[in-house]
Amino acid sequence: MSDILLSVRDLKVHFPIRGGLLGRPAGWVKAVDGVDLDIRRGESVALVGESGCGKSTLGAAVLGMITPSAGSITFEGKPIVHGLAATRRSLSRDVQIVFQDPVSALNPKLTIGESIAEPLHIQHVGSAAERKERVAELLKMVGLHPQHADRKPNAFSGGQRQRIVIARALALNPKLLILDEPVSALDVSIRSQILNLLLELQQRLGLSYLFISHDLSVVRHFADKVAVMYLGHLVETGPTTTVFANPVHPYTEALLSAVPLPDPVLQRQRRRIVLKGDLPSPANPPKGCKFVTRCPLAESICHETQPPLMSVGAERLAACHIRAPAT
Amino acid sequence: MSVEQTVKMPAAPRFARLRTFLDGDLVYGFLRTPSAVISAIVLLVIALTAIAAPLLSPQDPYDLTQLYLDKAELPPIWTAEGQAPYLLGTDVQGRDIFSAILYGSRISLMIGFASVIVSVMIGIVVGLTSGYVGGRIDNLLMRIGDLVLSIPTLLVAILVSAIFRELLPVSMRDAFTPVILTTSIAITSWVQYARIVRASTMVEARKEYVLAARILRLPPLRIMLTHILPNVMTAVLVTATLNLGLAILAEATLSFLGVGMPVTQPSLGTLIRIGNQYFFSGSWWVVLFPALQLSLIILAVNLLGDWLRDALNPKLR
Repeated sequence: MSDILLSVRDLKVHFPIRGGLLGRPAGWVKAVDGVDLDIRRGESVALVGESGCGKSTLGAAVLGMITPSAGSITFEGKPIVHGLAATRRSLSRDVQIVFQDPVSALNPKLTIGESIAEPLHIQHVGSAAERKERVAELLKMVGLHPQHADRKPNAFSGGQRQRIVIARALALNPKLLILDEPVSALDVSIRSQILNLLLELQQRLGLSYLFISHDLSVVRHFADKVAVMYLGHLVETGPTTTVFANPVHPYTEALLSAVPLPDPVLQRQRRRIVLKGDLPSPANPPKGCKFVTRCPLAESICHETQPPLMSVGAERLAACHIRAPAT
Repeated sequence: MSVEQTVKMPAAPRFARLRTFLDGDLVYGFLRTPSAVISAIVLLVIALTAIAAPLLSPQDPYDLTQLYLDKAELPPIWTAEGQAPYLLGTDVQGRDIFSAILYGSRISLMIGFASVIVSVMIGIVVGLTSGYVGGRIDNLLMRIGDLVLSIPTLLVAILVSAIFRELLPVSMRDAFTPVILTTSIAITSWVQYARIVRASTMVEARKEYVLAARILRLPPLRIMLTHILPNVMTAVLVTATLNLGLAILAEATLSFLGVGMPVTQPSLGTLIRIGNQYFFSGSWWVVLFPALQLSLIILAVNLLGDWLRDALNPKLR
C-alpha cells in the first residue's frame, strides 16, 4: 500500500546488562520485543503505556538513534539501514521529534531564530536570507511573532517554547513527527492550545504523527489510532474511538478506567480497575503473557504461552488468551 | 496574540547586545557591590600603570647603564636620606623600586593571564572530549589528570622549568623564561578546568537540545563547540578568575625560589627575593613595596572572583 508512510515489522531492541563475567552481558533488557506498527500519511498513531514499557525506545529506533537488534523499519517503502550515512541524512529530513520538556529542548545560549535555523543550516538549505525568511514563516506558522526571532529562550513561556520546538522540528518539512509526550510538561491550560496547533499543522502540512503518551485523555482527543504497549509488546491496537469505547485487553481496560471523567457523578459511579503490583522488571519479564503477574483474568494458559495478536473487529488487534482466544 | 502588533525594535542593532548587557543584572549587581567595584578599579589602575610602565617610571630597570651604584640602597623619598626621583627607594644595585614594581607587575600579570588562558584552553579541549565522548577516552584523560594532580603543583612547575632551562642554550634562557613559566604553571593547573568542563558537559549532553542536534546529525565537534561549550563557559570563567590570583602567586613563588624570572628582568617574586636578602640589613623598602603590590593584586583578583562566582550562581540569586 502506497499510503503507508512508516512500517515497523517485528522490531526488537535489546540492551545488554553490563557486569557479566569477562565483559559478557549479564542479561538483556528487551525494551522493544517484536512490535509491528504502521503509520499512514496524515495519520496520528498514539503509543500508550506506562513508564518503561518501551515507548520512547521505539521512537528513538524510528529516528535512527538506536540500532534495533532485529526486525525492520521501512519509511516510504525504503528500508532504513541503521548506521548508513546517506539514509541517516535523509531520515533526519523526513522524521523529526518534539520533546517532552521544552525548557531543556532549546539551547539557552542561542536565539530562537538560530535554533530554528540550525536544521536548515546543517542541511545547507537556501541562502542566509532565505533561511531567515523561512524562520519567520515557521514562527508565524506556530503562532509566534517573527520579530521575536532574535530573543533567547528565557524570554518565552513553556507553551511558547514548545511552539518554538515545533517550529524547529518543522523546519525541514518532515513527513513524520514523533511527539514524545509533547504536552506532559506543560500547564493544563496550555495543553489544548498546543494540541490544537499540532492538529492544525497536521491538516495544513499533511503530517503523520507518532504520539507517545501516557495521558489517555489527551490521546482520545488527538489520535486516529492507538497502540497499547506493555513491557515491550503491543497488547492492543485499533482506531481510538472503538478502543476507547470497548477495550478488549484487560490492561487497556485498566488504563482507561484510570482516566478521570469530566462528570463527577459518572466518575463516582464508575468501577475503577486497580492493577495489583508493579510493572515487572523488563530485565526479567514473566514467562507466557507479559501481563500475567497483574492480570485479573489470568488462567493457567497465560503462564505458559505468550498470546498472539488476534483480530477482534474492524482494524483491531488484541493479544489475550481469554478475551481474544486463538481459534 | 496578534501578529500585526508592532514592536519597537532597538534603534541601533549593532549596540543592542552591549545595551542589554549594560542593562542586565550583572552590571547592576556589580555597581552595587563596593568590594567588586574597588577591586576592579585597583586592578585596572595596576594593569594600566603596568602597561604604561615605560612612560611612568623614572628609570628602565632592565637597562644596566641607568643603574648607578652610588644611588644604591637609598630609602624612600619621604625619609631623611631619600632622593628624587627614587620614590620608593633603590635596591643594592641602585635599581629604582617604583620602576621595578611597575615593570615587575607587568611580567607578573602577563604570566598570570597567559598561563590561565593556556590552562583554560587545555582544560576545555580535554574536558569537552572527556565528557562528550566518554568511555575509554574519558578514563584515559581523567587518569592523566589525576596523575598531574597527585604531584605537588610547585614540584611539577620546578621540574618543568628546570627541564626547559636545561634544553635551551644559555643565551636564550632569559628571553624564554616567561614562556617557560607560563607553560609550567599551565601544565599543572589545567586539570581543574578539565574536571569542571567534563562535569558540566556530561550534564548538558543529556539535555534534549543536544539530542535534538544529534537527531539533526550535527557533527560531534559542532555540537561540542556551538551547543555545549557556551553553556559550560560560566563555570570556567568563575574558576579562571579565582585561579588568576593563584597563577600570579605561583609565578611569584617560582621566582622567589630562584627558578623564575632572572634578576635582570625582575618580576614581583624576584623583587621580593632580592629584598628578602637585605631585609635584616635595614633595607625594609626593597621587600615591603613589591610584597604590598603582590598582595594588592591577589586580593583584588580574589574579591572580584568571589563576586563573579556569587553573581553568576543562579542558586544565590
